Amino acid sequence: MTLIRFRLNGALTEIDDDPDRSLLDLLRERLGLTAAHFGCGAGECGACHVIVDGRAVTACNTPLWSLVDKDVITLEGLGTADRPHALQRAFIAEQALQCGYCVSGILMSAAALLKQNPRPTEAQVRLALDRNLCRCGAHNRMVRAVLRAAEEMATR
Amino acid sequence: MKSIDSKLPVNLAANPRLSSWVTFSAGGKVDLSPGKVEIGQGIVTALAQIAADELDVDIGRVRMVRASTASSPNEGVTSGSLSIQQSGRAIRQACAEIRQLFLTAASDRLGVEADALTIDDGTFSGPGNIRTSYWELAEDVPLDRDATGGAQPKAVARRTLAGTSVQRIDIPDKVFGRPRFIHDTVLPGMLHGRVLRPEATRAKLLSLDESGARGVLGLVAVVRDGSFAGVVCETESAAEAALQALRKGADWSSGEGLPDEGNLAGFLKAQPVESTIIDRRTTPGDRVKAHTIRRQYMRPYIAHASMAPSCAIALWNDTRVHVWTHSQGVYLLRTDLALVLKIPAEHITVEHIEGAGCYGHNAADDAALDAVLLAKSAGGRPVRVQWSRADEMTHAPFGAAMAIEIEADLDAQNEIVEWRHSIWSNGHAARPGRSAQPALLAGFEIEHPFPRVISVNPPQANGGGGDRNSIPLYDFPSWKIESHRLLTMPVRTSALRTLGGQGNVFAMESFLDEIAIERGEDPVAFRLRHLRDERANDVIRAAAKRAKWKPAARAGTGFGIGFARYKNTGAYCAAVAEIEGADEIRVKRLTLAVDVGEAINPDGVINQIEGGAIQATSWVLKERVRFDSERITSTSWTDYPILRFSEAPHVDVEVIQHADIEPVGAGEAAHGPVTAAIANAVFDCLAVRVRSLPITRDSLIAAMDVSA
Repeated sequence: MTLIRFRLNGALTEIDDDPDRSLLDLLRERLGLTAAHFGCGAGECGACHVIVDGRAVTACNTPLWSLVDKDVITLEGLGTADRPHALQRAFIAEQALQCGYCVSGILMSAAALLKQNPRPTEAQVRLALDRNLCRCGAHNRMVRAVLRAAEEMATR
Repeated sequence: MKSIDSKLPVNLAANPRLSSWVTFSAGGKVDLSPGKVEIGQGIVTALAQIAADELDVDIGRVRMVRASTASSPNEGVTSGSLSIQQSGRAIRQACAEIRQLFLTAASDRLGVEADALTIDDGTFSGPGNIRTSYWELAEDVPLDRDATGGAQPKAVARRTLAGTSVQRIDIPDKVFGRPRFIHDTVLPGMLHGRVLRPEATRAKLLSLDESGARGVLGLVAVVRDGSFAGVVCETESAAEAALQALRKGADWSSGEGLPDEGNLAGFLKAQPVESTIIDRRTTPGDRVKAHTIRRQYMRPYIAHASMAPSCAIALWNDTRVHVWTHSQGVYLLRTDLALVLKIPAEHITVEHIEGAGCYGHNAADDAALDAVLLAKSAGGRPVRVQWSRADEMTHAPFGAAMAIEIEADLDAQNEIVEWRHSIWSNGHAARPGRSAQPALLAGFEIEHPFPRVISVNPPQANGGGGDRNSIPLYDFPSWKIESHRLLTMPVRTSALRTLGGQGNVFAMESFLDEIAIERGEDPVAFRLRHLRDERANDVIRAAAKRAKWKPAARAGTGFGIGFARYKNTGAYCAAVAEIEGADEIRVKRLTLAVDVGEAINPDGVINQIEGGAIQATSWVLKERVRFDSERITSTSWTDYPILRFSEAPHVDVEVIQHADIEPVGAGEAAHGPVTAAIANAVFDCLAVRVRSLPITRDSLIAAMDVSA
């Protein structure tokens, strides 16, 4: 057990836990934050994406020791129904999913992209989402939603 | 199940009690309880639309109750693009009757003729500002009565919600990350289970050293029953650790042999089969056979590869068990659980909670039995079981591989005189709850195992299985359609989206394209000339027009068309593919037209068609279950790649709305047409006929070798 300190969704968090434990495990099992989903456990599908220091990473193979003093954002910290992020509004407006299991990871990849590149082209959006898999075939709706969110953020 | 009353929609006749579908509850809510389940297709929203429309309530008042064997109508399985058709019609009729009953009660209470009353958002009002509501009247109108077929649903013109793109009711939870999936469900005192499965297919567990697993902190139980073994732990991480330890202590027999993946057609055609003539047609005519051509088409085994590994929770209370599952059929699963457990079905409650997108009979039901077996050792605490990615990719049933041979007798002008279509494939259905033997994986593994189920094919009346979409809609004078179902099943297969439809449409539409081009006739014109059904012609014309068929040839680009009416009785769909190709194929754009009759939620239809088109593109360009002589080797997303964002084609969909025609589903309409359209576009681009899926660099080279 090791005391690990990092910011989680804006709040300073201290966790006494196994430093080799995965961030996904900590979020889902210990902290009850279930937006990030388990899909493969090998960093191959992106269903567990969260943002660490501005970059979308796979929480399933991110060990807790690597998070010391880092800033972690999960979908729960991106926005809520009362204060939605532009991406969440856009995904609802575009009805941009089918089953939605992958969508929490995709929203985090998209949020990291827009932070870095507020006006991406369609090709840049597709490239940024390429580490996320979607099995239902909602890809184009999600791309449209990301572009819509970018537009909205730029014009407000 | 009651006997069928012909006045009622089938699923209402089978579940006539009105209160099993609808209840009016406190706070001005309407609880709607379909037997069909949300599997990522948006069905619960469409059903809510139908109910809200018929009852004249705001859709925001409708709460969708999750299907459960404790209370829901038994609507069988959520599959076959039948939910709108079956559940939608039942709900429409049930709600029409309920509305009528309440209208009569309102008229009695308010002392005015029913004609003088209007209903607005659940409130009945009449002259002089008199009013009452469903909720005020609910006590006077018991719904513990059977539907009679006595009320007429609203005329099309009076529907306000059906036919509009209402936003899906499940989407906000999903974009705000609120727990909605079974994977996110936590019950008080819940434990975590994992099941040990062999790498080699059907290997037997010879011995098991449990000591390593028993040393894991948080272990509650090691469970072993024959070749079924698993662990139950306090936490998920402990369960993973215990499983790993258990794996080290396991000694397995070698696996049962698997076919040569390099010669699937040879394998399929060499097996013992049950042969069935699916259809035969002979029309006397004056065309004379001049020559015969024969082509063979192949489709590999395809994985469901759902984004989430299957998951289930089970809780025993003495002799009764409660199961939470993302199964497509709660009652059917219950039937099989009762067979395995040898307890009365009434002692089992099966309740649905959403899982990830489901495209057919995946491992959801298997995971449910796993949880039930592990939970027996959990001392009355709930046990949540989640499969690994590798188990999901290897132990869940696959869509069956198919070899399809089509032979056509042509006259001197290359007009079709006779058409012969033969299919070799495993059956496409081994779903739970359908036979005297259970179809659940652990049932084949326990000490006293049940025999492994060999997949069968549903009859043509239900759309067929391996033979689905093999009977031409085209007006060929004669044909013979034959299906050879394998009686061996080394690779576990069951229902995957479209069953045999994708393979058969690929074969038929590829062959037609070849004949049209041989004749020097435009493939669209050729199809239109052979179709007598105007709705079929309309979707083909609409897709062709929208795609500006046929754009001038450009080097490195190709266009192709494909058409089918799903199951020959469902949705009409035509697709035009635009591809770019050299040594690898990129699908640039898919243009589709679809006719589902009355589209309850047009955007929902478009979403299903877009998704089907992209999934089919993935199947065509990438997917093939891999195996060696004894194990499935495509165990991860690396070994079983699917289409990514940068590879997804643009998809443009036109919905041809027929509000006056009974609605059918859209979920499986696109796969066959898109598959054929891509293959035909590949020929247009490269002058190479690829007849073996997937269309990869390797299959292109192999096809070039054949044509050379």
